[in-house]
Amino acid sequence: MDIKNVPQDDSSTYAKMKKAIYASKEDGTIQSVGSSGWEVEEVVTRQAIDDIDENREEAYKLVHNGEKSPLYYYMYEARMDLVVLAQSTGFFKWTIKRDFDPEIFKKISHKRLLVYCEALGKNIDEIKELPKVENE
Amino acid sequence: MNNFEHKHHAHCESGVMSSMLRHEGLNISEPMIFGLSNALNFAYIPFVKIGGMPLVAYRSVPKSIIKNIKKNLNIEMKLETFSSKEKGEKRLDELLSQGKIVGAQSSVYWLEYFPKEIRFHFNAHNLLIYGREGSEYLISDPVFDKSVRCSKESLSKARFTKGVMAPKGLLYYPVNIPKDIDLKPIIAKNIKKLSKNMLRRYVPIAGLKGIEKLAKGILDLKSKDRKYTKLFLGNIIRMQEEIGTGGAGFRFMYASFLKEASELFENDKILEEASKLMLEVGDEWRDFALIIAKSIKSKKDTDLDLIHDKLIQISKNEAKVYHKLLEFKVK
Repeated sequence: MDIKNVPQDDSSTYAKMKKAIYASKEDGTIQSVGSSGWEVEEVVTRQAIDDIDENREEAYKLVHNGEKSPLYYYMYEARMDLVVLAQSTGFFKWTIKRDFDPEIFKKISHKRLLVYCEALGKNIDEIKELPKVENE
Repeated sequence: MNNFEHKHHAHCESGVMSSMLRHEGLNISEPMIFGLSNALNFAYIPFVKIGGMPLVAYRSVPKSIIKNIKKNLNIEMKLETFSSKEKGEKRLDELLSQGKIVGAQSSVYWLEYFPKEIRFHFNAHNLLIYGREGSEYLISDPVFDKSVRCSKESLSKARFTKGVMAPKGLLYYPVNIPKDIDLKPIIAKNIKKLSKNMLRRYVPIAGLKGIEKLAKGILDLKSKDRKYTKLFLGNIIRMQEEIGTGGAGFRFMYASFLKEASELFENDKILEEASKLMLEVGDEWRDFALIIAKSIKSKKDTDLDLIHDKLIQISKNEAKVYHKLLEFKVK
């Protein structure tokens, strides 16, 4: 890339950070310069964040209505899905799915709950209840 | 305390290695690290899913830069992983109190100094720890323009997260760096190796063949719904632009390596030409990203043929770079 074309779009998804990119100068040398953002990148990052937000909001409703256990919400809150949660806990997917059932989740063992807490970065009291307002 | 100096880099793993070796007296640029460790690549692995989307990688597997630099430059390095958080924390403090700077693998999601916008579950992020003040660690994260601080709790969580590519608290540091390393033969050998790898036809998911497979995967989206299509396409660009420095960024960095190499070989014309071609390929990857971003925003149906054709064109032009590089001979 020509050093003059290095995008400086102040992308919100960069959160005031800069990224280094290698670009060429007129004399043919290549050096690293900071970029404050690129619109294209912002579009796709935003798309991913929107998708995460959508899943989380949907999960909040389901838990609120008593259809799913709080675990289901906290999984999305931690930007995970079933696959990532299974990998982070070492539990089989089907056993996690079972814990999404509010009734089964209430009877979950303390030991198993601690593993979820560790994976999701929550303490034992937090994970049992849905927060009053939805977290971002 | 050591007098470590932070430097902003394009990519985490090559950045850590460059900073670390420079601190130990071996002045070697980030692109040179990237080139010498054969880090450029392409892989499309449809059966490995991340967030429900297939894995697209624009570089070699994580940790290969550390391992290849160790091997190719004959540097004696220690890589340590830990069976428990406590042991890993203790060892880090021990090394820091000896005045060492230490590389560490971590999860982006649990590092508190990352902005929320880019905190995703990626477990192979590399950073350098160069000191400690109270309960805070002084960190040189190569992809940040300034050095940062991180609490013990957050750093430990990031180092000991479980799952795919779990860091297991990995710490690494050089023990002995040979004097007067002659880079020239290492450069020549690895340029040849990389070109052959990228042009190889019998691994259908890696190198240029992998790009063609992804192009075919894009045509297959014709039978999928709009939302999936857009997320699939967006994922290719996120992997390209966000994770590490991405496809275009890596191509620009390799071009910079080739330029530096040409100067070491008395302004070798073939390497210089290849560097220029690689810069152009990087620009094409950026164009590809632009086409996709536009289609994501647009209300019209995505022109999948156009995106497919662009990708095929990129793989053809990238092939030209590698064919050019195979002409290179040490005089």
